[in-house]
Amino acid sequence: MHLVLFAAGDPLYDNGVGWAVLAIVAIKVLVAFGALMGAVTLMIWFERKLISDMQSRIGPQRWGPFGLLQTLADGIKLFFKEDLIPNQADRFVFKLAPYLALIPALLTFAIVPVGGTVTVASHTFLLQVADPPIGILLLLAMSGISVYGVMLAGWSSGSKYPLLSSVRASAQMISYEAALGMTIVTIVLATGSLSTHDIVTAQAHGVWHWNVLRLGLVPFAVFLIAITAELNRPPFDVVEAESELVGGFHTEYSSLRFALFFLAEFMNTITMSAIMVTLFFGGPAGWVPNIPHIRWVFPILWFLGKTVVFAFCYIWFRAALPRMRYDQLMSFGWKRLIPLSLGWMLVVAGFFVNKSWGFAMAALVLVASLALTRSFEIGATREQGPESVLPVVGARPMSAEKLRAVTDGDVESGEEEN
Amino acid sequence: MADSPFSFFNGFKLTFQHLSRPRVTSSYPKEKRPKQPRQHGRHVLNRYEDGMEKCIGCELCAGVCPADCIYVRGLDNPPDHPVSPGERYGYVYEINYLRCIHCDMCVEACPTEAITESKMFEFSFTNRADAIYTKAELVVDDNGQPQRLPWEDWREGESDMTSGWMRATAPAGNAEYEGVVQWSGDLGVGIRAGEAGQNGERDDAATGSKQLRDAFSKHLLPEDVPLGRNTMKDRLAKLKDMVPEPLMDRWGPKDKS
Repeated sequence: MHLVLFAAGDPLYDNGVGWAVLAIVAIKVLVAFGALMGAVTLMIWFERKLISDMQSRIGPQRWGPFGLLQTLADGIKLFFKEDLIPNQADRFVFKLAPYLALIPALLTFAIVPVGGTVTVASHTFLLQVADPPIGILLLLAMSGISVYGVMLAGWSSGSKYPLLSSVRASAQMISYEAALGMTIVTIVLATGSLSTHDIVTAQAHGVWHWNVLRLGLVPFAVFLIAITAELNRPPFDVVEAESELVGGFHTEYSSLRFALFFLAEFMNTITMSAIMVTLFFGGPAGWVPNIPHIRWVFPILWFLGKTVVFAFCYIWFRAALPRMRYDQLMSFGWKRLIPLSLGWMLVVAGFFVNKSWGFAMAALVLVASLALTRSFEIGATREQGPESVLPVVGARPMSAEKLRAVTDGDVESGEEEN
Repeated sequence: MADSPFSFFNGFKLTFQHLSRPRVTSSYPKEKRPKQPRQHGRHVLNRYEDGMEKCIGCELCAGVCPADCIYVRGLDNPPDHPVSPGERYGYVYEINYLRCIHCDMCVEACPTEAITESKMFEFSFTNRADAIYTKAELVVDDNGQPQRLPWEDWREGESDMTSGWMRATAPAGNAEYEGVVQWSGDLGVGIRAGEAGQNGERDDAATGSKQLRDAFSKHLLPEDVPLGRNTMKDRLAKLKDMVPEPLMDRWGPKDKS
């Protein structure tokens, strides 16, 4: 009897590890890896095709039906390109960085519950590569490591634009991680567990239990914005701003190493769409028709459908929104997103204790936000007013009146004002 | 609209609408856009209706060529079988397409409309000798059509209207000369009719530009499409203009400015 294993209830395999368990784990890993790789291929095609549709272009169409094999063709092309390492590069770190970007992207997907449970030959297991008790913390850890991939890639290139890009990347990813963590705390408070499986089962009883509605829309909105910044996707792709930084951190990369970065980026996009579905939209939860033997397929379809919606959203962002300026990006992250997520977390936590605590917290957050708004106003005058320490980025070197005095030929009065 | 708090989402709306709009690009080598009627492409040497060559070997084209790509030598016509109706004919005529910039100065300079350009510009040879087109390759064939070499990509319409008609702009824009034929006939087609361009009546069959205009206007926003394109909407707009203003103020759409 001890052969019947519930991976969810037995994460440490106290009942012993048989060959069947090993086989199931191996198959799960292989299937997840293969599916993710296939999904990345499709995602790149989907993005290119959708972007071209939104820009009234045709997009890839030569390789395979509807250009589906375009990614494969690109991969083969990159595979046969010369692999260059710049003279000034730190060779070891330069070679290491792509893997630091790719492996976290792969590992994060392991905690995503793709479907319900499946019973094969008296073994019941979760459709999820791993369900560690730390669960969602793995996401934060992995996104922390993937910062290293980007940062070290830029630093080790021995070139100035990649370096600038990596400085931006590390600053941006770290600052948005705070808001990200705060919204995850809200979800963990609601679920009472870090495990992604538990988070999904807590949302399984209908749309009103989905975290997106249960916690109010704000954590979802904050999470969506923060994760977009975390992924370095438009409109937060200052890391790869072609107009400013050539190609960004992977300017010096070529051949397969470049392909790895590319792969990691799109893999992250898929994984984060999946994570968002898991955290806010009930993962594989959804209506399942009572058809024997294939009941287990429907949760997977629900999961896939929801993930595709978010993949679509990311591409939509790219088509619709212009890139944010770097300083706007940072001030948006620190001054708006982090206070907002923190305040909302406090309110949610208060309501989980009881109603009076909830309203007390709401009042507190309201007062705090007013104080914060006032302090931003004071700060803005210090930024732009006469006491400013540094000129604002993008500001004119002289005030409008002074400029007018100079350009209108009244130079002396302009100088007198000095 | 721009001031509303939801104007942030206008970009999303626009990009989503674009999903269903017709494409403005075409899958290029497979299908090509119709060429403009006076597209500058590969040259042709024209012949008169009786088969005589128009070139008289005057070398004006070679003289005017800014890229120095034309080499011409004239020779006296043999009395028993003349090549051109004049005194002399082009004995050697070579154009080096590695140098040619398709400026059409030679076409402007030619006194007999012998050299004109077709609309075919997509040709890629693989050696330098092929780049130099000799007279045998440039002269039109017995049907008056440009010769098609294996490395040239001729599409429909690109060999049409390649004769002296190419130059048929009304002199100095003088409307009196509009439509007056002032070019010689060509082998296979005879004298081409003039193009009625400036009096507003577009002859789309002659200019071949209708497809192009249709392709672009399909993509325009309704407010960008010029009136008078004879769609249902345009007729409605015209009707609306006919309504006297006091009535319009009463029943017409209110201006929300």
